[in-house]
Amino acid sequence: MGHGFSTLLYKEVLRFWKVASQTVAAPVLTALLYLLIFSHVLEGHVKIHGVAYTSFLIPGLVMMSVLQNAFANSSSSLIQSKVTGNIVFVLLPPISYLEFFAAYVLAAVVRGVVVGAGVLLATCWFAPLGFAAPLWIIVFALMGGAILGSLGVIAGIWAEKFDQLAAFQNFLIMPLTFLSGVFYSINSLPPFWQQVSHWNPIFYMIDGFRHGFFGVSDASPWHSLAVVATCLALLTAFTLNLLKRGYKLRA
Amino acid sequence: MSVAIRIQQVSKSFGAVQALDRVDLAIEPGEFFGLLGPNGAGKTTLISALAGLVRPDHGTLSVMGHDVQSDYRAARRQLGVVPQELVFDPFFTVRESLKIQSGYFGIRDNDAWIDEILENLGLTPKANANMRMLSGGMKRRVLVAQALVHRPPVIVLDEPTAGVDVELRQTLWAFIRRLNEAGHTIVLTTHYLEEAESLCSRIAMLQSGRVVALDTTANLLRRFSTHTLRLRCRGEMPADLALGAAQSGGWWSLPFDRYEDVEPLLARVREAGCSIDDLEIGKPDLEEVFIRVMQGEARGEGR
Ligand SMILES: Nc1ncnc2c1ncn2[C@@H]1O[C@H](COP(=O)(O)OP(=O)(O)O)[C@@H](O)[C@H]1O
Ligand SMILES: [Mg+2]
Repeated sequence: MGHGFSTLLYKEVLRFWKVASQTVAAPVLTALLYLLIFSHVLEGHVKIHGVAYTSFLIPGLVMMSVLQNAFANSSSSLIQSKVTGNIVFVLLPPISYLEFFAAYVLAAVVRGVVVGAGVLLATCWFAPLGFAAPLWIIVFALMGGAILGSLGVIAGIWAEKFDQLAAFQNFLIMPLTFLSGVFYSINSLPPFWQQVSHWNPIFYMIDGFRHGFFGVSDASPWHSLAVVATCLALLTAFTLNLLKRGYKLRA
Repeated sequence: MSVAIRIQQVSKSFGAVQALDRVDLAIEPGEFFGLLGPNGAGKTTLISALAGLVRPDHGTLSVMGHDVQSDYRAARRQLGVVPQELVFDPFFTVRESLKIQSGYFGIRDNDAWIDEILENLGLTPKANANMRMLSGGMKRRVLVAQALVHRPPVIVLDEPTAGVDVELRQTLWAFIRRLNEAGHTIVLTTHYLEEAESLCSRIAMLQSGRVVALDTTANLLRRFSTHTLRLRCRGEMPADLALGAAQSGGWWSLPFDRYEDVEPLLARVREAGCSIDDLEIGKPDLEEVFIRVMQGEARGEGR
């Protein structure tokens, strides 16, 4: 990875940082509102894995923010560059498809982690949180961010208009994140929906991430790690193949 | 490695549209080369293929001896492209854009050269302005600057003066001329034929994806264009002269080859009893060459 890669990474980070009120502060505020509303309604009524509801909710919101913002970063950057045409600035230089992929995905991870950290900072005052196994926290945040960042690259390359990207986001990413156990334990679902949830990779990201805080979770963290790592490997291979072929980028 | 750009048998279709049809071109280092043709002729597609933005269906392209596909890193380092579309990144200032572009080419600490480009393009006062705040002409200058950050030996400009004011055109051409004199190979597409005529030493004309003329500017002018004696006169034009002349709006255009031919022509006209009200001499120009080449192609007189 050369200086071309690090410049592209820097440019992608600078891009969202320059408009941090929209790209960082706004999603933190959204997560805070979710916390206030859901914890107000459910605190005291529900305990999950022996953890008070608000405590349980916080890691879910943090991870949801990591994932959604990682996706938003790579997908919106790419679609904007394609629609305005300034994508040529990164297509003309001697940047390899591998460097291209790594820079967009890493920048997405950075955005996800920055927003996630912001959400954690804003919400941790509302309920006690443990940090039972911090390594799991880090591993799942990074891998989850990379998976969604990679999905964002795919969506950003595939979509030709903003509404196609919005469709990808509204009909795939949003349902998968909301139906992943952010707001509840899937053990509280009817058996059918429990089964469905087990096919949702985002469930494993949230569940594994949460395990890092409380040391308990719906699935074993090793099982979650296997699922998440497999997803990441498959998506990386798929995205690299698209980029190598120049799909929709080099006619 | 004796050529700056080599294009061999390059074809490209977009669906049913044949944008490029077996194009062959070799451009020498240090040339100032013009690529002309009507809209849709395939000029931008050819430049895109050279830049690796478009993958040809057939054929190969190289820049300074480096194949644009198999040796793309080296090829792209040798090439600076000013795209036709007026694109910019609204998140950054002029200087940031140039520093980032330098970084993409693997160059750190490029400030001295960036300052020099800014100065030469009259951009210094705008260096810290956000790209969004610039006028169209200023954005065009930044596009030129971005193509030059890595000091490419080969510079390709795709209609750099489309919709641009006179001042910028002059600044731009003065700078590009200096780069050419310093040894850079320049390839240019433009709709302003007088620009191409005064700048380019060699010209290729493209139509429907095919090269329909390729020669030095001087040869093209000699082959396809003549001097004309333009007259507004009263009386009868001698029949043999009228035969080779064109008439429009009260003006006769009589072709001639050498300036020595003017006097005998005028004498013939006078002897025939014509009195001359007005007189002009038209020089050969690329406009005429262009029209005749394109019409010749349309009638199937080309290769
Ligand atoms: N990406 C593309 N998709 C479909 N058709 C294209 C594309 N790019 C160019 N064309 C078509 O190829 C032909 C050549 O276009 P272009 O190279 O832009 O011509 P020029 O630059 O000489 O005006 C045109 O008919 C144009 O419509
Ligand atoms: Mg064009």
